[in-house]
Amino acid sequence: MSEQAAYYIRELSKAYEAREVLAIDEMEVQQGEILALVGPSGSGKSTLLRLLNFLEAPTQGWIEYAGVRFEAGKDMPLELRRRVTTVFQHPMLLDRSVWDNVTYSLQLRGQRDTQGPAQTALELVGLANLAQQNARSLSGGEAQRVALARAMILRPDVLLMDEPTANLDPYNVGLIEKIIHQVNREHQTTVVLVTHNVFQARRLADRVAFLLAGKLVEVADVEDFFDSPADVRTRAFVNGEMVY
Amino acid sequence: MSSDLVEIILLTFKVSGTALLLSTLIGVPLGAVMGLKRFIGRRWVVVLLYTGMGFPPVVVGLFVYLLLSRAGPLGELNWPFIPELFTPGAMIVAQTIIAFPLVAGFTMAAVMGVDPQLQQQVISLGATQRQAATTVLWEARIGVIVAIVAGFGSIISEVGAVMLVGGNIEGRTRVMTTAIVLETRKGNFDLALTLGVLLLGITFLVNLAMLRLQGRSMNE
Repeated sequence: MSEQAAYYIRELSKAYEAREVLAIDEMEVQQGEILALVGPSGSGKSTLLRLLNFLEAPTQGWIEYAGVRFEAGKDMPLELRRRVTTVFQHPMLLDRSVWDNVTYSLQLRGQRDTQGPAQTALELVGLANLAQQNARSLSGGEAQRVALARAMILRPDVLLMDEPTANLDPYNVGLIEKIIHQVNREHQTTVVLVTHNVFQARRLADRVAFLLAGKLVEVADVEDFFDSPADVRTRAFVNGEMVY
Repeated sequence: MSSDLVEIILLTFKVSGTALLLSTLIGVPLGAVMGLKRFIGRRWVVVLLYTGMGFPPVVVGLFVYLLLSRAGPLGELNWPFIPELFTPGAMIVAQTIIAFPLVAGFTMAAVMGVDPQLQQQVISLGATQRQAATTVLWEARIGVIVAIVAGFGSIISEVGAVMLVGGNIEGRTRVMTTAIVLETRKGNFDLALTLGVLLLGITFLVNLAMLRLQGRSMNE
């Protein structure tokens, strides 16, 4: 096992009823890296992300995080669960003001001083001027930036992102990618990014993992992944061919 | 306004207000649990809840009457916190049983109307299960207000159950609906009509207040 890993994954599987949707023998997520998870729809990327956020328990095997194993029948301690957060594809903002949405996660932790962190988080995503507006009235790009600010205000050790820029315009895609990069470099936040966009993976990631039908086909440094993939299926996927 | 009339109105508020409070305290958490949790036997609980929503109040009155009568399973216990028949306490029990399934059922529907992904999102942000449930309930607040309004509507206008378990005793258990029945039977149509208009006015004002609250939630 690597000493630098944020997560160790071993013999991990997830099944819904009798259908296995994820089966990974061994995988690690390094501390402070941006790891992109790529693969066709239904390959298990989002399922893996939910497991990494401890939202669902594995059916078999385990994920080790901060020295604690997360496995079937076990809940992750709240203080560890709170070091990890997810930005989903759909922002799922609360029917409150932008400000209240951003401070919500601090209030969950009983933190009273929310003024400074909220202002910083909103400035980071360029939405300080919309603080008092109802979050439900924002555009898709603005809403996703609020979701990002709501996650960033926590200064999480691990930021999980499930297609955060899907269906957004190029301006918002660029802005969100810049923020992800900045947060990762300045705070050494580990980022696991699910994306369908291989170009985005290439722009952002340190390493890329390719999932296919719930199995991990290949994980490699970004240059190796795109320039000299070890597996023919990875090569086909990178070249935009149909992969089954 | 005569002191008798004031007494009747105050008792109506006391009985229906307390029953609504109890129905809300029971119904809202129950509806939230039913809307958020999946467990074995949930479907049967939902069927029971829906049955309770359509339960004829007079049958509830009969059921409470049999339970609280001296020979009934609760009446013979003689425990101090179990109300006796023909007291406001018995009327509150009956009205609570009438209203809480409505409050719970409509709350459940409101909670189920909130996108399930929202619960996952707030847990991902570090919410405990209780914090997540409270957040979802707050998101469903307009529906929860409707649930409480429905509960209030079912008991403020109810006559069969309170007549059975309260007995319409002057100065003790006479409320506006039972007084209307009595005064109509006695031929005192003026008084019955006055009570009717007052009851309508009170119902209108309470619903108006709820609507304003709902409107504020929708506009905030």
